Amino acid sequence: MSLVHEIDFGTPRSKSEKMVTLTIDGQSVSVPEGTSIMRAAMEMGTQIPKLCATDMVDAFGSCRLCLVEIEGRAGTPSSCTTPAMEGLVVHTQNERLAKLRKGVMELYISDHPLDCLTCAANGDCELQDMAGAVGLRDVRYGYDGENHVFAKNGPKHTHNSPEACENDHWMAKDESNPYFTYDPSKCIVCSRCVRACEEVQGTFALTISGRGFESRVSPGMSESFLGSECVSCGACVQACPTATLTEKAVIEIGQPEHSAVTTCAYCGVGCTFKAEMRGEELVRMVPYKDGKANRGHSCVKGRFAWGYANHKERILNPMIREKITDPWQEVSWDEAFNFAAKKFKGIQAKHGRDSIGGITSSRCTNEEVFVVQKLIRAGFGNNNVDTCARVCHSPTGYGLSSTFGTSAGTQDFDSVEDTDVVMIIGANPTDGHPVFASRLKKRLRAGAKLIVVDPRKTDIVRSAHIEAQHHLPLMPGTNVAVLTALAHVIVTEGLADEAFIRERCDWSEFEDWAAFVAQPNHSPEATAIMTGVDPKELRAAARLFATGGNGAIYYGLGVTEHSQGSTTVIAIANLAMVTGNIGRPGVGVNPLRGQNNVQGSCDMGSFPHELPGYRHISGDAVRETFESMWNVKLNPEPGLRIPNMFDAATEGTFMGLYVQGEDILQSDPNTKHVVAALSAMECVIVHDLFLNETANYAHVFFPGSTFLEKNGTFTNAERRIQRVRKVMSPKNGLEDWEVTLGFAKALGYEMHYNHPSEIMDEIAALTPTFAGVSFAKLDEVGSVQWPCNEKAPLGTPIMHIDGFVRGKGKFMLTEYIATDERTGPRFPLLLTTGRILSQYNVGAQTRRTENVVWHEEDRLELHPHDAELRGIRDGDWVKLQSRAGETTLRALLTERMAPGVVYTTFHHPTTQANVITTEFSDWATNCPEYKVTAVQISPSNGPSEWQKEYDEQARQSRRIAMPVVEAAE
Amino acid sequence: MDTHTSTSPDRLIYMANQIGDFFNSQGHDHAVAGIAEHIKKFWDPRMRKKIFEHLDAGGAGLKPNVLQAIALLKK
Repeated sequence: MSLVHEIDFGTPRSKSEKMVTLTIDGQSVSVPEGTSIMRAAMEMGTQIPKLCATDMVDAFGSCRLCLVEIEGRAGTPSSCTTPAMEGLVVHTQNERLAKLRKGVMELYISDHPLDCLTCAANGDCELQDMAGAVGLRDVRYGYDGENHVFAKNGPKHTHNSPEACENDHWMAKDESNPYFTYDPSKCIVCSRCVRACEEVQGTFALTISGRGFESRVSPGMSESFLGSECVSCGACVQACPTATLTEKAVIEIGQPEHSAVTTCAYCGVGCTFKAEMRGEELVRMVPYKDGKANRGHSCVKGRFAWGYANHKERILNPMIREKITDPWQEVSWDEAFNFAAKKFKGIQAKHGRDSIGGITSSRCTNEEVFVVQKLIRAGFGNNNVDTCARVCHSPTGYGLSSTFGTSAGTQDFDSVEDTDVVMIIGANPTDGHPVFASRLKKRLRAGAKLIVVDPRKTDIVRSAHIEAQHHLPLMPGTNVAVLTALAHVIVTEGLADEAFIRERCDWSEFEDWAAFVAQPNHSPEATAIMTGVDPKELRAAARLFATGGNGAIYYGLGVTEHSQGSTTVIAIANLAMVTGNIGRPGVGVNPLRGQNNVQGSCDMGSFPHELPGYRHISGDAVRETFESMWNVKLNPEPGLRIPNMFDAATEGTFMGLYVQGEDILQSDPNTKHVVAALSAMECVIVHDLFLNETANYAHVFFPGSTFLEKNGTFTNAERRIQRVRKVMSPKNGLEDWEVTLGFAKALGYEMHYNHPSEIMDEIAALTPTFAGVSFAKLDEVGSVQWPCNEKAPLGTPIMHIDGFVRGKGKFMLTEYIATDERTGPRFPLLLTTGRILSQYNVGAQTRRTENVVWHEEDRLELHPHDAELRGIRDGDWVKLQSRAGETTLRALLTERMAPGVVYTTFHHPTTQANVITTEFSDWATNCPEYKVTAVQISPSNGPSEWQKEYDEQARQSRRIAMPVVEAAE
Repeated sequence: MDTHTSTSPDRLIYMANQIGDFFNSQGHDHAVAGIAEHIKKFWDPRMRKKIFEHLDAGGAGLKPNVLQAIALLKK
């Protein structure tokens, strides 16, 4: 193996379809119009020396190293900023150019330290490479003049004293960011970092301060990196051609020697990375330019937050115990498998076949999820399988399959580049899906319009060079009323795309729907009293969306996690259809998926009523194909969903649960009810990296493997299936699919696979939308978006192009029904929940990385007015109470919140945010209503009794018994 | 009604009525068929059994369309 090398073409690709032909160094080359001469030369394999150019950012023309001669033109223009034109004759090297370049290089090196041997960038330094490329052999200026290199000036430059004196130009290294350092003495002021921060990330945290010799890269107003607006995405580090911005891991370990392309295991964007290694040690994760989801960009989580894989709290040995009050006993894998199998068989013997079940992980691979649901359906003999999508995007599945015919988003992420009007509903992409947000912001800066429907004034509403045309700050729980009001305006003002609807949708259903939304009680004016949204703004937003060109809707859990989550998804689908925004680039309905493989876990048959590929278990023909391949009779009845499992556990009919990579106790609503359910079960098996909160109530612990330690595939929010590649041996001994196979064997249900690719072959054989997928194809083409089959061998970037998967698009009525979770005198405020950039989900991974410097605790965000009424100051401990329970956390006063609405994250177990959330849920899917809880807040002195009891229970439960040492005779 | 404790069948009645609330706007016939199909597709047998038992005991608390849908499903 060696490092996966990527060509840097120097300037971005031109999208023009018109080709121009020119001659470079005697060779003829054709490139799209708008391509730079630098890129054209690289296309034919000639690398023109360069420092300030890199193909992730636009050409800048500052380093003057890439000069060329063009016949018939005066001077020596920079090849990065000069576009290729028909008939140009270009020379990239001759005596004059060589002399000029050498002179430029000499000046650079005269203000750069010569500690190359001990420099962290040794082996990966473009400055060093260019010095070599131009043949620099001498620096005539010496190092005694003014410089940025040395902390002190040499004695001969001190006028009155023989002592060395301070060099005012020198700046100390900034090591404030936990993952990379900024060493100004090595900076050549090429401004690649500044441009990467602007153009790629869109944060504008960096600038060049001063001019001429005073020019310096400056985070914010000469702040530290950590103290500035920097979001630590790593784009600047990647762009830096020298050791100025360097990963701390590279400084510590050294340069990597081989790498493998793999997929990030954090959010549903599914960024592609190169895992750069030394032996089995991970040196760094570098975003891969060929990654079709991220196009070479990354965020702080995927780029840097992988240290959890080596965290001291990671459990590496299987463990068992009879009672949850006992300490854990470390045992061999076989002992753990047999213990667990005996328990599960005993439960089935006593309570019946349907008394056990499992939860598949949205963080594990498709192959691992597939074998767990297979074990449950074929081995357990029931359909009690569910996945964490239950508590996030299950309404997306229901809503989009009812209206369009598929349970997934309609576009690829590239589609945003063709969008004219973006509508974001209940999503906070700059925190939750940062790499997609960067691509979105780039499009917005280029002129696309933005509508945000969200109770909070999220960052995207107004940030650097971006301002939403319309922000509709609705009261939590009124999504359906707002969306139906938008439809009301479109229909009653004659803005519906009738041609599209007549061709693509069921016309009579449309007429019923149009009559329904046109009713006066659905107008923005009539619904304003419930939604709190200014009718004028709402009307303007509706007009913009209907008439502004390509309209795309992006939505998140602020849509789904409501008692009317499924209805809201249906309303979104209606809105896309009525405006004709389906079936081409730039439009569509785009659910932003939470976890890395939540799409995949749904695809793989993790829902109790559906076999892989979203086919209902009651369908005889489909079931028979599985039965004949698996050689077993399957149960035709739907199984229990996660909340139903908890209910059945407290009733005594569901007594054994196998949880793969999911922390239901922390992530699911109404913690006390979950505790009661888990406590009632006779055997809980937790399969995870850490002793998570659920494990406090477990009897068996199977240690898991990280995404770096196994082979498989993840499927991201665009339906893109991408390879996960093993770069190190599993520290726990087994890849997760092998753990499931071991447990299955002990249960008497043996499955034979030698490699995850064989599992994918079985998935492809059983699932029509995956028929064309294989590891060999993914290795060849990188990734495919399902459906991938005979009709679309390379996958389907955009769905419903010529017609909807279900045939005619189905308009469905969306009556607004207020949630029963209402404010009143005792609980006058509404709590809504979310996540922040640096932390991920329940935080099991990110809390065990340096990311805690950005977010060490969950805070309660509230409007200063609400705070003042209650005598709460910023940073005070507050008690947060709902009908379900109470907890305490510290207050954060912010005007991002509307008065009457408070907000918190759920990344830390000690916060116990889900003690507060209730068991109200979506009518169709039982997806919990996390986004609306009526609460009261009051000043407090510190943690609640429940938090203290919980901590003590958790502490007791995590004890691991010391191995018994036999006494010597 | 307190749904914060899962005292069956209260929770099932609540869930069934919630399903009814979505389908009711589609008119009586569509609503009854829609509710019945939804419960058939998504509820596990022990949940259906429990709601049938509740129906046999009079079906208190179930809204009219929901009551009819469950009766239809039980046939």
